[in-house]
Amino acid sequence: MNMSPEEYDKLAKKASPNSPFLKNLISAFLIGGGICALGQGFLLWYQRLGIDRDTASAWASITLVFLSILLTGLDLYDSIAKVAGAGTLVPITGFANSMSSAAIEFKSEGWVLGLGAKMFIIAGPVIVYGVSASVIYGILYYIFG
Amino acid sequence: MAHRIGKYTIVLDQPPSILATAAIGSKKEREGPLEKSFDFICDDPYFEQDSWEKAESIMQTKAVNTALGKAGLQPQEIDAIFAGDLLNQCVGSSYGLRELGIPFMGVYGACSTMAESLLGASVFLDSGALNRAVACTSSHFCAAERQYRFPLEYGGQRTPTAQWTATAAGAAVLGKDGPSPYVRAVTIGTIEDLGITDANNMGAAMAPAAAVTIQRFMEDTGKKPSDFDLVITGDLGKVGSDLVRDLLLREGIKLENSHTDCGLMLYDLEKQDMHAGGSGCGCSAGVMCGHILPLMREDTLHEIVFVATGALMNPTVVQQGESIASIAHLVYLSTKKEGGAV
Repeated sequence: MNMSPEEYDKLAKKASPNSPFLKNLISAFLIGGGICALGQGFLLWYQRLGIDRDTASAWASITLVFLSILLTGLDLYDSIAKVAGAGTLVPITGFANSMSSAAIEFKSEGWVLGLGAKMFIIAGPVIVYGVSASVIYGILYYIFG
Repeated sequence: MAHRIGKYTIVLDQPPSILATAAIGSKKEREGPLEKSFDFICDDPYFEQDSWEKAESIMQTKAVNTALGKAGLQPQEIDAIFAGDLLNQCVGSSYGLRELGIPFMGVYGACSTMAESLLGASVFLDSGALNRAVACTSSHFCAAERQYRFPLEYGGQRTPTAQWTATAAGAAVLGKDGPSPYVRAVTIGTIEDLGITDANNMGAAMAPAAAVTIQRFMEDTGKKPSDFDLVITGDLGKVGSDLVRDLLLREGIKLENSHTDCGLMLYDLEKQDMHAGGSGCGCSAGVMCGHILPLMREDTLHEIVFVATGALMNPTVVQQGESIASIAHLVYLSTKKEGGAV
């Protein structure tokens, strides 16, 4: 067969449908926005119960994390994420899902080398680079702040 | 004894008979159009085991035992079994078949394993080294996902070119003598790589391998795709099927009206939201052993060219930036023991 990788790349790209960009964008906006609105709702509700703003804010995050893990365990989160895409990935719910889904998946290899080690298989890089970025920010803030 | 025609094709002079076949599937396979082709379907993807890997092994055990039962044979009457799957070190096969006591040849050809195991078994039978053999292949969606991609419950979005790994197994019992269908010729594939790096577009990665093997077989035999009832590719899915037709057309081989793909047959792509189609070596194993070979036995289909395609990568090399190397093995099946294309 007489075809260079460059020619084939063009052919393959033409044959491969792209992700439905606009549809994905709108569902991510609506569902992601909905999750944030829900978080805001919890925040206001906790404040109305007389909790101070900082504590209420932490409680709102904890509630979203709890709901995310619950839905992951009930085999519902991935069905929502299938439609929502980045809408469920970007908020704190995505982080909770990435850890709990790995924990469920790798439990069959035991508590230590399975669940314990593999739990961070997706979330690990977020922690590593998140912490690294915050350290760099801290140094810059110390020097120029 | 087998002899070669052209550069690549091996013609079997004592064409082995496919004595019996069996296919095992799960829930998605039940929901697809080929539900009735499966001998056994377990809606529980665990197959009453406690891990996906054990489930896949049980599927192989069941596929082989069912096929042996249909052929009226006991495991001790089988001289060798050629089997493979997608799991690391092919544990689906070795643990699924360890109780049978049949001499075992582990085969790895990724999704091309059904053709590869049929090919190996047939050449051994033709040579007279074996009297009866089994070819068996499986894949399990959940076991494959965790090895190649993400945890099942992870909320990711699949691209339109992604294919769905079948939870299916197929087994074929072959004998030196017996009724139709027969394995008449085989073409061993070469490793092809046209530089596709997207692991979510296996169809595009594997299409060149299928095109090369089909072209060689047609050139070696002097035939064209329309001389056969069907040229059925392994699991190229929608994207790969379009590409293989296009690639062959450029070589002057018109595949269009004689071609289908196992990945397009196993599921209802729209209704089941399967994106580009089915994949995994259980896909072509299930479709061939459950659907196509039985249709040949009842004389509905007569001349079949089965070309199973496999992507030979693993997650490590893909993460290291390697492109996806692929292969396609071809098995020519006929209801006639003589005549036909070879």
